[in-house]
Amino acid sequence: MTMALVLDASLVLLIVGIATWTVVVRDAFPAIAGYAVYGLLLALAWVRLAAVDAALTEAAIGGGLTGVLLIRAAVRLRSTEAAARAESPGPLFRLFAALLAAGFAALLAIVILGLPDPAPTLTPEVAENMAVTGLGNAVTAVLLAFRAIDTLLEAVVLVFALIAVWTLTPDDYWGGRPGPKYATDPDGLLAYLGRLLPPLGIVVAIYVFWIGADLPGGKFQAGTLLAAMWLLTIIAGLQDPPPVSRRWLRGLLVLGTVVFVAIGFAGWPLAGYFLAYPESHAKPLILVIEAASMVSIAVTLGLLVVGPPERSNGS
Amino acid sequence: MNMLNLYALCGAALVGLGLYGLLAVPHPLRKILSFNLVGSGVFLLFGVIARRGAGHGLVGDPVPQALVITGIVVAFSATALAVALLLRLHDETGAVSLAAPESGRPPAA
Amino acid sequence: MSFLLDLWTVLAVSAGVFFFLAGTVGLLRFPDTLTRLHALTKADNLGLGLVVLGLLPHVGSLMGALKLICVWLFVLLAGANASQLIARFVKRSEPPA
Repeated sequence: MTMALVLDASLVLLIVGIATWTVVVRDAFPAIAGYAVYGLLLALAWVRLAAVDAALTEAAIGGGLTGVLLIRAAVRLRSTEAAARAESPGPLFRLFAALLAAGFAALLAIVILGLPDPAPTLTPEVAENMAVTGLGNAVTAVLLAFRAIDTLLEAVVLVFALIAVWTLTPDDYWGGRPGPKYATDPDGLLAYLGRLLPPLGIVVAIYVFWIGADLPGGKFQAGTLLAAMWLLTIIAGLQDPPPVSRRWLRGLLVLGTVVFVAIGFAGWPLAGYFLAYPESHAKPLILVIEAASMVSIAVTLGLLVVGPPERSNGS
Repeated sequence: MNMLNLYALCGAALVGLGLYGLLAVPHPLRKILSFNLVGSGVFLLFGVIARRGAGHGLVGDPVPQALVITGIVVAFSATALAVALLLRLHDETGAVSLAAPESGRPPAA
Repeated sequence: MSFLLDLWTVLAVSAGVFFFLAGTVGLLRFPDTLTRLHALTKADNLGLGLVVLGLLPHVGSLMGALKLICVWLFVLLAGANASQLIARFVKRSEPPA
């Protein structure tokens, strides 16, 4: 029983423990706070699994943005908790649910513990072909060179999700500003934080984006940091979210996808087929795609958190 | 019991916990929370699979890791959509019940 | 030399963990929100500072060391602001004495 195994066992116990608490606790607010802590512990588990890029993404999105999203919803839904609790299922149904869940978890455990050894893997192919892309980070190479079409489609899915959120706008507020107007004391603490932290956060985000070519990092993590800084200035009352009908906002949302598709189509004459990079220019093209996508991801994630418009365009 | 088996069991346990929460907790916001637990458990299983594929100078198979990063972002956008739907339901009906209305009419505004 | 560095790391990180423990005991045992915030913020910031000091000899590069210190400063900033915000909210929602 090595020390590393003791560390892993304690971490797993903590993770499962806090997940259990999140499910069984009575009120929504502690459950969401528990989920944010769970996201951070899960990021530690990802580091132990030697997947640092996934750890950064989990900490930023799973722990951070999802927590903010759910807390804002929980505050608005506070009055419905008592009514919902009255609909709680009886002990027989809960026993059935527990048995079903335990059975499914056991099935998953059996399957994954019985995976073939040695594990089938794509590591040899990635390691051989990575040098051509000029990147040092294998995950970035997979995301933007070997499986670039997946990343392109994912950027489209994000925009679709935002459009779906916007379709939930009441008719009067169509095209208006999302979220309430946060009136904050301009000399207060939140305004101080909203002035001090965003410049630092932007520097860290650009660093994470730039270093993602060779070390863990990349545009998703950087875009999330930028979105978080933008949300901080909105919540601190220093900025109002723009009306969603603004052309420049919509332009920023699709900028990443447009650049990605344009470079993809440029791959046809230059290198043979869609989304192929000419060998000498692979890294600069990838960085251009990443920079444009980072901005789009930041704007999309920020708008997903603030939600559909709640104020008409005039205000 | 090596490290990978431990995390594999952890991932399976998280999926089970999330499934129980999805079924047994009545408030829809908590159901969304449990759904996120299921998602993160599945991603952890991906992480175990990625770690098993290490070799050739890389500490983990990068393809499942890339899938997980994409998955986390898309799962967040799905959660945002679900929360927006829930808030709209609350604005329209004043409650967040997923029960069917007694009569055939839509719930009162 | 490396033995001394390892000894320093073990001592500093242990002291940091002790302060974290003290902060958690304060969180669990103090009677109301303001005292709990005080215990948590003060002890945790000092604990993290000691842990960072303990890890500095093992980093290997100046940039890495500066990054660790930046992490500590960011946590200081976040902790101070968050506890102030919570404390102001608690003070405002108290019934006038």
